[in-house]
Amino acid sequence: MGINRREFLRIAGIASLWGLGGQAAFEILKPGAIEAQARAPLSQGKKWSMVIDTRKFKTPEDFQRCIDACNKTHNVPKVANVRQEIKWIWTEKYENAFPDDQNQFLPESMAHKSFLVLCNHCTDPPCVRVCPTQATFKRPDGIVMMDYHRCIGCRFCMAGCPYGARSFNWRDPRKFLKEPTNPEYPTRSKGVVEKCNFCEERIAKGLYPACAEASNGAMTFGDLDNPNSEVRKLLKENYSIRRKPSLGTQPNVYFLV
Amino acid sequence: MFEKALSGTKTYFSWIIFLLIFIGIGFACYLYQYNEGLGITGMSRDVSWGFYIAQFTFLVGVAASAVMLVLPYYLHDVKVFGKITILGEFLAIASVVMCILFVTVDVGYPNRLLNIILYPTPNSILFWDFLVLNIYLLLNLLIGWNVLAAERKAVAPPQWVKPLIYLSIPWAISIHTVTAFLYAGMPSRHFWLTAIMAVRFLGSAFAAGPAFLILLALLVKRLSTFDAGQEAINKLRNIVTYAILASIFFVLLELFTAFYSNIPGHKHAFQYLFFGLEGHNKYVAWTWISVVAGCLSALILLLPLARKSNAWLVAACIGVFGSLWIEKGLTLVVTGFMPSPLEHITEYAPTLPEIFIALGVWATGFLVLTLLYKIAISVKLDPNSASIH
Ligand code: SF4
Ligand code: SF4
Repeated sequence: MGINRREFLRIAGIASLWGLGGQAAFEILKPGAIEAQARAPLSQGKKWSMVIDTRKFKTPEDFQRCIDACNKTHNVPKVANVRQEIKWIWTEKYENAFPDDQNQFLPESMAHKSFLVLCNHCTDPPCVRVCPTQATFKRPDGIVMMDYHRCIGCRFCMAGCPYGARSFNWRDPRKFLKEPTNPEYPTRSKGVVEKCNFCEERIAKGLYPACAEASNGAMTFGDLDNPNSEVRKLLKENYSIRRKPSLGTQPNVYFLV
Repeated sequence: MFEKALSGTKTYFSWIIFLLIFIGIGFACYLYQYNEGLGITGMSRDVSWGFYIAQFTFLVGVAASAVMLVLPYYLHDVKVFGKITILGEFLAIASVVMCILFVTVDVGYPNRLLNIILYPTPNSILFWDFLVLNIYLLLNLLIGWNVLAAERKAVAPPQWVKPLIYLSIPWAISIHTVTAFLYAGMPSRHFWLTAIMAVRFLGSAFAAGPAFLILLALLVKRLSTFDAGQEAINKLRNIVTYAILASIFFVLLELFTAFYSNIPGHKHAFQYLFFGLEGHNKYVAWTWISVVAGCLSALILLLPLARKSNAWLVAACIGVFGSLWIEKGLTLVVTGFMPSPLEHITEYAPTLPEIFIALGVWATGFLVLTLLYKIAISVKLDPNSASIH
């Protein structure tokens, strides 16, 4: 998307004030947007999912842009000690992201390629199953959420997640934040777990997740339950893989290869 | 009865002071951890549980092993255990106290610990573990105290204690089973994902706990005039013998499944333990010490050696306890995280403050144990209390 939805609505609103009428504004600013509006608004999905077109990631900057967008949006601290890092979205080599697929004759292009990994917002998430306080819970729209104020920091969910998607605040994360921080998203305190939240705070406003927005179309976000959604179209037309499908967690992040 | 804990010999008080020093150091380190966060430990994103949870796991076993006295004594009327059943129950109390403390020092947000009860979550094994452990503590406190108080007055314990005693038998099994389920139900943690985890836990618990009890009973005999009786010791010895053999057998079963199936994920953890994985071998020496100590002790117990002299028995019990402490209190938890879900190997070693906090908790456990034993033995030896034993 060239301009984000909020910006778009603002301009459309101003345009209608000028007497152009909403529809005309749509045609001027974004041809074809009217059909797009026929889809369910972004804030109302039944099963959110992400499709990552790994073929569109060419240079390290392509990854970094997405990672930085996430870190900035969510005030993800940059912890110097890699052993106690906080990671929401990051890169891994093929053999680490898909360890069950050990093929020594993989095409060069695959074997040395990086893949973006993040919480899969599993349909049947073990992290939710093991959490003793419901600090980790699944919303009806499929987003697996963290309640930072409920979490006791037992780290059971970290042992339970088979994708290494969770991070623990071993120390006060605010010490590792670079100013200025994003005032619209809370910072965390020491002793709690955190992870990718599929940008639920942005979706609520109709915005796409920060990483997807920064990806130049390489990451697509949408409702798997809607047969007309972009994600469904991509999955219908391309071969996709998921991480560790044999575990039955039903990840909702798909990779086009 | 508590006043009995307040008088004693010089050695008794020196011991108490010795423990208090360790509790003090541990507490100071804990304050440091409380302020800084768990970042002061050796744990990491990849190895998110370490020494604390390992101690907890081991000690749940020691707590559960009290059933090895309670069950024969109350269900099968094995009279020789009459004298020491209370020692088993008090050992259970001290162990559960340590378990609860180890969980407390391990959570990132201790002020919120009660969220476990405020928001009961039946799908979480940790909720059940919290529940069964606390009830087990309560059961043993009620039983132990009432039986001892009755003994002091030379009357039979109150009627309502009996059903509690019977309840405590399956309850002991349950605490260790539930603790095993903390591990055994996690996808992608191949080392823990084994159906025999619970029996393996029980096997090692019924060896380590009674072995420790034998050591304690022999120590008490040396320090006071209280003698548990050789026959009771012998019976405990038999329990330790069979339990350690079962325990070794269970490990062999795991090795068979891992290596005969040839599934990499299942083999990695054992390779890490026994030989090291990709140059990472922090626990290889420990593993072999545990294997050798466990097997040698089993041999000593099987041969007539330990039956002839208590010196051999003591050696075997130290061997069994040490071997199983390494297995559960050191390697079992850490190895579950090797390699990580993303196939990285991050090794773990506890830091100094972490070790001192753990020592502080152990010292607290020993303090509880010492006070309770002092009371129990004073009651038993008191010529004025019409003790039946
Ligand atoms: S990827 Fe991990 S943290 Fe995310 S929903 Fe699945 S199990 Fe939970
Ligand atoms: S660390 Fe927090 S979110 Fe994770 S299982 Fe424990 S309470 Fe739940």
